[in-house]
Amino acid sequence: MTAMIAPVAWVCPVFGLGPLGHPPGVSHYLVVGAILFVCGVVCMATKRNALGVLMGIELVLNGANVNFVAFASPWLQADGARSIGLDGQAIAVFVIVLAAAEAAVALAITLNFYNNHATVDVDRADDLKG
Amino acid sequence: MIGAAVAVASTSCLGAVVPPLAVLDWHAVFFMLFAAAACGCALAVVLADNVVRMAFYLVLSLGATAGLFFLAGAEFVGAMQLMIYVGGTLVLLVFGVMLTAQAPFVSIKTSAGEKAVAGLLGGALLTLLLVAALSVEPWRRPGSVGPTEPSATPLGMALVGVRVDEPPAGSPAVGRSGYLLPFEIISVHLLVVLVAAAYLARAKRRKTPRPVEMVASVEPPVSVAEHAAIGREAPAGAPARSGSVLVGGGS
Repeated sequence: MTAMIAPVAWVCPVFGLGPLGHPPGVSHYLVVGAILFVCGVVCMATKRNALGVLMGIELVLNGANVNFVAFASPWLQADGARSIGLDGQAIAVFVIVLAAAEAAVALAITLNFYNNHATVDVDRADDLKG
Repeated sequence: MIGAAVAVASTSCLGAVVPPLAVLDWHAVFFMLFAAAACGCALAVVLADNVVRMAFYLVLSLGATAGLFFLAGAEFVGAMQLMIYVGGTLVLLVFGVMLTAQAPFVSIKTSAGEKAVAGLLGGALLTLLLVAALSVEPWRRPGSVGPTEPSATPLGMALVGVRVDEPPAGSPAVGRSGYLLPFEIISVHLLVVLVAAAYLARAKRRKTPRPVEMVASVEPPVSVAEHAAIGREAPAGAPARSGSVLVGGGS
Protein backbone atom coordinates (compact mmCIF):
# COMPACT_ATOMS: atom_id res chain seq x y z
CA MET A 1 0.00 0.00 0.00
CA THR A 2 2.65 2.50 0.96
CA ALA A 3 4.67 1.43 -2.05
CA MET A 4 1.77 2.51 -4.23
CA ILE A 5 1.15 5.78 -2.44
CA ALA A 6 4.78 6.79 -2.53
CA PRO A 7 4.97 7.66 -6.25
CA VAL A 8 1.77 9.67 -6.04
CA ALA A 9 3.04 11.53 -3.01
CA TRP A 10 6.15 12.21 -5.05
CA VAL A 11 4.25 13.56 -7.99
CA CYS A 12 1.98 15.82 -5.97
CA PRO A 13 4.76 18.04 -4.60
CA VAL A 14 6.27 18.33 -8.02
CA PHE A 15 3.11 19.69 -9.54
CA GLY A 16 2.53 22.09 -6.73
CA LEU A 17 -0.43 20.51 -5.00
CA GLY A 18 1.03 19.37 -1.74
CA PRO A 19 4.26 20.99 -0.72
CA LEU A 20 3.19 24.45 0.39
CA GLY A 21 3.63 23.45 4.01
CA HIS A 22 7.13 22.09 3.51
CA PRO A 23 10.31 23.73 2.31
CA PRO A 24 11.38 22.56 -1.12
CA GLY A 25 14.20 20.08 -1.40
CA VAL A 26 17.05 19.67 -3.82
CA SER A 27 15.03 17.33 -6.06
CA HIS A 28 12.54 20.10 -6.78
CA TYR A 29 15.32 22.24 -8.13
CA LEU A 30 16.55 19.28 -10.17
CA VAL A 31 13.08 18.91 -11.69
CA VAL A 32 13.08 22.58 -12.69
CA GLY A 33 16.56 22.19 -14.14
CA ALA A 34 15.49 19.10 -16.09
CA ILE A 35 12.47 20.90 -17.57
CA LEU A 36 14.61 23.89 -18.60
CA PHE A 37 17.21 21.56 -20.11
CA VAL A 38 14.68 19.57 -22.15
CA CYS A 39 12.97 22.76 -23.34
CA GLY A 40 16.35 24.05 -24.50
CA VAL A 41 17.21 20.81 -26.30
CA VAL A 42 13.85 20.73 -28.09
CA CYS A 43 14.23 24.41 -28.95
CA MET A 44 17.69 23.79 -30.42
CA ALA A 45 16.38 20.84 -32.43
CA THR A 46 13.22 22.36 -33.87
CA LYS A 47 13.86 26.07 -34.41
CA ARG A 48 14.93 27.03 -37.90
CA ASN A 49 15.77 30.60 -36.96
CA ALA A 50 19.44 30.80 -35.92
CA LEU A 51 18.54 33.10 -33.04
CA GLY A 52 16.00 30.53 -31.83
CA VAL A 53 18.78 27.95 -31.69
CA LEU A 54 20.82 30.44 -29.65
CA MET A 55 17.94 30.84 -27.20
CA GLY A 56 17.79 27.06 -26.83
CA ILE A 57 21.47 27.03 -25.90
CA GLU A 58 20.83 29.68 -23.27
CA LEU A 59 18.04 27.56 -21.79
CA VAL A 60 20.26 24.47 -21.66
CA LEU A 61 23.05 26.34 -19.87
CA ASN A 62 20.51 27.81 -17.48
CA GLY A 63 19.12 24.39 -16.62
CA ALA A 64 22.63 23.17 -15.81
CA ASN A 65 23.14 26.25 -13.65
CA VAL A 66 20.01 25.49 -11.63
CA ASN A 67 21.44 22.06 -10.83
CA PHE A 68 24.80 23.48 -9.77
CA VAL A 69 23.21 26.04 -7.47
CA ALA A 70 20.85 23.45 -5.99
CA PHE A 71 23.66 21.07 -5.14
CA ALA A 72 25.72 23.91 -3.71
CA SER A 73 22.95 25.30 -1.55
CA PRO A 74 23.25 24.89 2.22
CA TRP A 75 19.47 25.29 2.51
CA LEU A 76 18.31 22.33 0.51
CA GLN A 77 20.24 19.40 1.86
CA ALA A 78 18.73 16.70 3.97
CA ASP A 79 20.56 15.62 7.10
CA GLY A 80 23.71 13.76 6.26
CA ALA A 81 23.71 14.74 2.62
CA ARG A 82 26.77 16.57 1.40
CA SER A 83 26.62 19.90 -0.30
CA ILE A 84 29.37 20.68 -2.76
CA GLY A 85 29.77 23.99 -0.99
CA LEU A 86 31.10 27.00 -2.75
CA ASP A 87 32.26 25.05 -5.81
CA GLY A 88 28.77 24.92 -7.28
CA GLN A 89 28.24 28.66 -7.05
CA ALA A 90 31.67 29.37 -8.54
CA ILE A 91 30.94 27.01 -11.44
CA ALA A 92 27.57 28.68 -11.95
CA VAL A 93 29.26 32.09 -12.22
CA PHE A 94 31.74 30.67 -14.72
CA VAL A 95 28.92 29.18 -16.76
CA ILE A 96 27.15 32.55 -16.87
CA VAL A 97 30.31 34.24 -18.14
CA LEU A 98 30.90 31.51 -20.71
CA ALA A 99 27.29 31.83 -21.88
CA ALA A 100 27.79 35.55 -22.39
CA ALA A 101 30.93 34.92 -24.45
CA GLU A 102 29.22 32.21 -26.46
CA ALA A 103 26.24 34.44 -27.17
CA ALA A 104 28.51 37.25 -28.40
CA VAL A 105 30.39 35.01 -30.84
CA ALA A 106 27.32 33.16 -32.04
CA LEU A 107 25.50 36.42 -32.62
CA ALA A 108 28.44 37.77 -34.61
CA ILE A 109 28.44 34.64 -36.75
CA THR A 110 24.69 34.91 -37.25
CA LEU A 111 24.95 38.55 -38.33
CA ASN A 112 27.75 37.65 -40.72
CA PHE A 113 25.63 34.86 -42.17
CA TYR A 114 22.72 37.24 -42.51
CA ASN A 115 24.89 39.78 -44.31
CA ASN A 116 26.17 37.18 -46.74
CA HIS A 117 23.06 35.11 -47.35
CA ALA A 118 20.24 37.56 -46.52
CA THR A 119 18.55 34.98 -44.31
CA VAL A 120 18.78 33.56 -40.77
CA ASP A 121 17.25 30.19 -41.67
CA VAL A 122 19.72 27.52 -40.56
CA ASP A 123 18.39 25.15 -43.22
CA ARG A 124 19.82 27.51 -45.84
CA ALA A 125 23.31 27.23 -44.39
CA ASP A 126 24.29 24.34 -46.62
CA ASP A 127 27.29 25.81 -48.42
CA LEU A 128 29.52 22.94 -47.28
CA LYS A 129 27.09 20.26 -48.37
CA GLY A 130 28.71 17.82 -50.75
CA MET B 1 -6.62 -1.10 -3.72
CA ILE B 2 -5.52 1.21 -6.45
CA GLY B 3 -8.66 3.24 -5.97
CA ALA B 4 -7.98 3.46 -2.25
CA ALA B 5 -4.44 4.62 -2.86
CA VAL B 6 -5.56 7.27 -5.31
CA ALA B 7 -8.32 8.39 -2.95
CA VAL B 8 -5.90 8.72 -0.04
CA ALA B 9 -3.38 10.58 -2.14
CA SER B 10 -5.96 12.91 -3.65
CA THR B 11 -7.45 13.81 -0.28
CA SER B 12 -3.99 14.53 1.09
CA CYS B 13 -3.27 16.71 -1.91
CA LEU B 14 -6.62 18.46 -1.82
CA GLY B 15 -6.24 19.08 1.87
CA ALA B 16 -3.03 20.95 1.18
CA VAL B 17 -4.45 23.04 -1.64
CA VAL B 18 -6.13 25.48 0.72
CA PRO B 19 -4.00 25.40 3.84
CA PRO B 20 -4.45 27.85 6.67
CA LEU B 21 -2.14 30.77 6.18
CA ALA B 22 -0.07 30.05 9.27
CA VAL B 23 1.23 26.68 8.09
CA LEU B 24 2.07 28.02 4.67
CA ASP B 25 5.79 27.80 4.03
CA TRP B 26 6.59 30.98 2.14
CA HIS B 27 9.84 29.56 0.88
CA ALA B 28 7.84 26.85 -0.84
CA VAL B 29 5.23 29.30 -2.10
CA PHE B 30 7.82 31.52 -3.74
CA PHE B 31 9.65 28.47 -5.02
CA MET B 32 6.50 27.27 -6.75
CA LEU B 33 5.87 30.75 -8.14
CA PHE B 34 9.34 31.10 -9.64
CA ALA B 35 9.51 27.48 -10.77
CA ALA B 36 6.18 27.77 -12.57
CA ALA B 37 7.28 31.01 -14.22
CA ALA B 38 10.63 29.56 -15.30
CA CYS B 39 9.22 26.30 -16.66
CA GLY B 40 6.15 27.88 -18.24
CA CYS B 41 8.14 30.55 -20.03
CA ALA B 42 10.72 28.00 -21.18
CA LEU B 43 7.87 25.98 -22.65
CA ALA B 44 6.53 29.13 -24.28
CA VAL B 45 9.94 29.73 -25.85
CA VAL B 46 9.71 26.29 -27.43
CA LEU B 47 6.11 26.68 -28.58
CA ALA B 48 6.24 30.26 -29.86
CA ASP B 49 6.86 30.77 -33.55
CA ASN B 50 7.55 34.49 -33.47
CA VAL B 51 11.20 35.16 -32.63
CA VAL B 52 10.43 38.43 -30.84
CA ARG B 53 8.02 36.68 -28.49
CA MET B 54 10.60 33.93 -27.95
CA ALA B 55 13.09 36.56 -26.77
CA PHE B 56 10.51 38.06 -24.41
CA TYR B 57 9.62 34.67 -22.89
CA LEU B 58 13.32 33.91 -22.51
CA VAL B 59 13.77 37.11 -20.49
CA LEU B 60 10.95 36.05 -18.17
CA SER B 61 12.32 32.52 -17.82
CA LEU B 62 15.83 33.64 -16.97
CA GLY B 63 14.54 36.24 -14.53
CA ALA B 64 12.46 33.64 -12.73
CA THR B 65 15.53 31.41 -12.57
CA ALA B 66 17.39 34.25 -10.86
CA GLY B 67 14.61 34.21 -8.28
CA LEU B 68 15.22 30.50 -7.77
CA PHE B 69 18.91 31.22 -7.19
CA PHE B 70 18.02 33.76 -4.51
CA LEU B 71 15.75 31.20 -2.85
CA ALA B 72 18.54 28.63 -2.84
CA GLY B 73 20.79 30.99 -0.91
CA ALA B 74 23.06 31.87 -3.84
CA GLU B 75 22.39 35.59 -3.89
CA PHE B 76 25.62 36.49 -5.69
CA VAL B 77 24.88 34.06 -8.52
CA GLY B 78 21.32 35.36 -8.71
CA ALA B 79 22.54 38.94 -8.98
CA MET B 80 25.04 37.93 -11.67
CA GLN B 81 22.27 36.12 -13.51
CA LEU B 82 20.17 39.26 -13.52
CA MET B 83 23.01 41.60 -14.46
CA ILE B 84 24.91 39.53 -17.02
CA TYR B 85 22.25 37.26 -18.46
CA VAL B 86 19.11 39.34 -18.38
CA GLY B 87 20.85 42.70 -18.57
CA GLY B 88 23.62 41.86 -21.01
CA THR B 89 23.27 38.66 -22.97
CA LEU B 90 19.58 39.04 -23.68
CA VAL B 91 19.92 42.66 -24.70
CA LEU B 92 22.55 41.43 -27.16
CA LEU B 93 20.13 38.75 -28.35
CA VAL B 94 17.30 41.25 -28.73
CA PHE B 95 19.58 43.47 -30.80
CA GLY B 96 20.30 40.45 -32.99
CA VAL B 97 16.58 39.84 -33.35
CA MET B 98 15.97 43.46 -34.31
CA LEU B 99 18.83 43.50 -36.83
CA THR B 100 17.61 40.37 -38.59
CA ALA B 101 13.86 40.68 -38.10
CA GLN B 102 12.85 41.10 -41.71
CA ALA B 103 9.30 40.10 -42.41
CA PRO B 104 9.96 36.57 -43.77
CA PHE B 105 12.28 35.63 -40.89
CA VAL B 106 10.27 36.78 -37.89
CA SER B 107 8.32 33.57 -37.93
CA ILE B 108 9.85 30.54 -39.64
CA LYS B 109 7.60 27.54 -39.29
CA THR B 110 8.82 24.06 -38.48
CA SER B 111 7.09 21.14 -40.11
CA ALA B 112 4.68 19.14 -37.98
CA GLY B 113 6.61 15.91 -38.43
CA GLU B 114 9.81 17.44 -37.05
CA LYS B 115 7.84 18.86 -34.14
CA ALA B 116 6.36 15.43 -33.39
CA VAL B 117 9.75 13.70 -33.45
CA ALA B 118 11.29 16.42 -31.29
CA GLY B 119 8.42 16.19 -28.83
CA LEU B 120 8.81 12.43 -28.61
CA LEU B 121 12.56 12.60 -28.02
CA GLY B 122 12.14 15.49 -25.59
CA GLY B 123 9.54 13.56 -23.65
CA ALA B 124 11.85 10.56 -23.41
CA LEU B 125 14.73 12.74 -22.23
CA LEU B 126 12.46 14.49 -19.72
CA THR B 127 11.30 11.15 -18.31
CA LEU B 128 14.88 10.01 -17.87
CA LEU B 129 15.92 13.24 -16.16
CA LEU B 130 12.85 13.32 -13.92
CA VAL B 131 13.50 9.78 -12.71
CA ALA B 132 17.08 10.77 -11.90
CA ALA B 133 16.00 13.99 -10.22
CA LEU B 134 13.33 12.38 -8.07
CA SER B 135 15.72 9.71 -6.84
CA VAL B 136 17.67 12.37 -4.94
CA GLU B 137 17.07 12.70 -1.22
CA PRO B 138 13.84 14.70 -1.08
CA TRP B 139 13.36 16.92 1.92
CA ARG B 140 15.38 19.17 4.04
CA ARG B 141 14.47 18.50 7.62
CA PRO B 142 12.85 21.63 8.98
CA GLY B 143 15.23 23.55 11.17
CA SER B 144 18.25 21.44 10.33
CA VAL B 145 20.03 24.38 8.74
CA GLY B 146 19.70 27.82 10.20
CA PRO B 147 20.16 31.05 8.35
CA THR B 148 23.55 31.10 6.75
CA GLU B 149 25.80 34.03 6.15
CA PRO B 150 25.77 35.67 2.72
CA SER B 151 27.80 33.79 0.16
CA ALA B 152 29.03 36.81 -1.77
CA THR B 153 32.05 37.43 0.45
CA PRO B 154 33.39 33.85 0.47
CA LEU B 155 32.76 33.58 -3.27
CA GLY B 156 34.54 36.84 -4.02
CA MET B 157 37.48 35.87 -1.82
CA ALA B 158 37.64 32.43 -3.46
CA LEU B 159 37.71 34.01 -6.91
CA VAL B 160 40.93 35.80 -5.98
CA GLY B 161 42.41 32.65 -4.50
CA VAL B 162 41.63 32.80 -0.77
CA ARG B 163 39.13 30.42 0.79
CA VAL B 164 37.43 31.88 3.84
CA ASP B 165 34.48 29.48 3.90
CA GLU B 166 34.41 26.37 6.02
CA PRO B 167 34.51 23.15 4.02
CA PRO B 168 31.21 21.24 4.08
CA ALA B 169 30.90 18.56 6.72
CA GLY B 170 32.73 15.40 5.79
CA SER B 171 34.53 16.94 2.87
CA PRO B 172 38.05 15.58 2.43
CA ALA B 173 39.34 18.81 0.96
CA VAL B 174 40.67 20.89 3.83
CA GLY B 175 43.49 22.93 2.38
CA ARG B 176 41.64 23.77 -0.79
CA SER B 177 42.81 26.46 -3.10
CA GLY B 178 40.57 29.11 -4.55
CA TYR B 179 39.57 29.73 -8.13
CA LEU B 180 42.30 32.14 -9.11
CA LEU B 181 43.48 30.15 -12.14
CA PRO B 182 39.98 29.52 -13.58
CA PHE B 183 39.18 33.16 -12.91
CA GLU B 184 42.20 34.34 -14.89
CA ILE B 185 41.57 31.85 -17.69
CA ILE B 186 37.97 32.91 -18.04
CA SER B 187 38.94 36.58 -17.96
CA VAL B 188 41.40 36.19 -20.83
CA HIS B 189 38.88 33.99 -22.62
CA LEU B 190 36.22 36.64 -22.33
CA LEU B 191 38.58 39.33 -23.61
CA VAL B 192 39.65 37.24 -26.61
CA VAL B 193 36.09 36.26 -27.41
CA LEU B 194 34.74 39.80 -27.26
CA VAL B 195 37.54 41.14 -29.45
CA ALA B 196 36.84 38.33 -31.92
CA ALA B 197 33.12 39.03 -31.84
CA ALA B 198 33.67 42.71 -32.52
CA TYR B 199 35.97 41.76 -35.40
CA LEU B 200 33.49 39.28 -36.85
CA ALA B 201 30.49 41.56 -36.66
CA ARG B 202 32.20 44.76 -37.80
CA ALA B 203 30.74 46.78 -40.64
CA LYS B 204 32.74 45.78 -43.66
CA ARG B 205 33.84 48.28 -46.27
CA ARG B 206 32.68 46.74 -49.48
CA LYS B 207 34.55 46.88 -52.73
CA THR B 208 31.26 46.37 -54.51
CA PRO B 209 28.01 47.92 -53.34
CA ARG B 210 25.47 45.65 -51.74
CA PRO B 211 22.88 44.18 -54.09
CA VAL B 212 20.12 46.18 -52.47
CA GLU B 213 22.03 49.46 -52.87
CA MET B 214 22.86 48.59 -56.48
CA VAL B 215 19.23 47.99 -57.25
CA ALA B 216 18.27 51.28 -55.59
CA SER B 217 20.99 53.28 -57.36
CA VAL B 218 19.95 52.22 -60.84
CA GLU B 219 17.43 54.61 -62.28
CA PRO B 220 14.29 52.97 -63.51
CA PRO B 221 14.64 52.50 -67.27
CA VAL B 222 12.34 54.52 -69.42
CA SER B 223 12.45 52.31 -72.44
CA VAL B 224 13.31 48.80 -73.43
CA ALA B 225 16.48 49.95 -75.13
CA GLU B 226 17.77 51.64 -71.99
CA HIS B 227 16.89 48.58 -69.94
CA ALA B 228 18.95 46.43 -72.26
CA ALA B 229 21.84 48.89 -72.06
CA ILE B 230 22.14 48.84 -68.26
CA GLY B 231 24.22 45.68 -68.15
CA ARG B 232 26.63 46.88 -70.84
CA GLU B 233 27.14 50.31 -69.36
CA ALA B 234 28.13 48.99 -65.92
CA PRO B 235 31.58 50.22 -64.90
CA ALA B 236 34.45 47.75 -64.93
CA GLY B 237 34.78 47.71 -61.13
CA ALA B 238 31.22 46.72 -60.38
CA PRO B 239 29.76 43.50 -61.74
CA ALA B 240 26.70 43.54 -63.88
CA ARG B 241 23.44 43.61 -62.08
CA SER B 242 22.63 40.14 -61.00
CA GLY B 243 19.22 38.64 -60.78
CA SER B 244 19.82 37.08 -57.38
CA VAL B 245 20.19 38.95 -54.12
CA LEU B 246 22.33 36.13 -52.82
CA VAL B 247 25.26 37.08 -55.05
CA GLY B 248 27.73 39.77 -54.25
CA GLY B 249 27.65 39.61 -50.47
CA GLY B 250 31.28 38.59 -50.00
CA SER B 251 33.72 40.76 -48.13
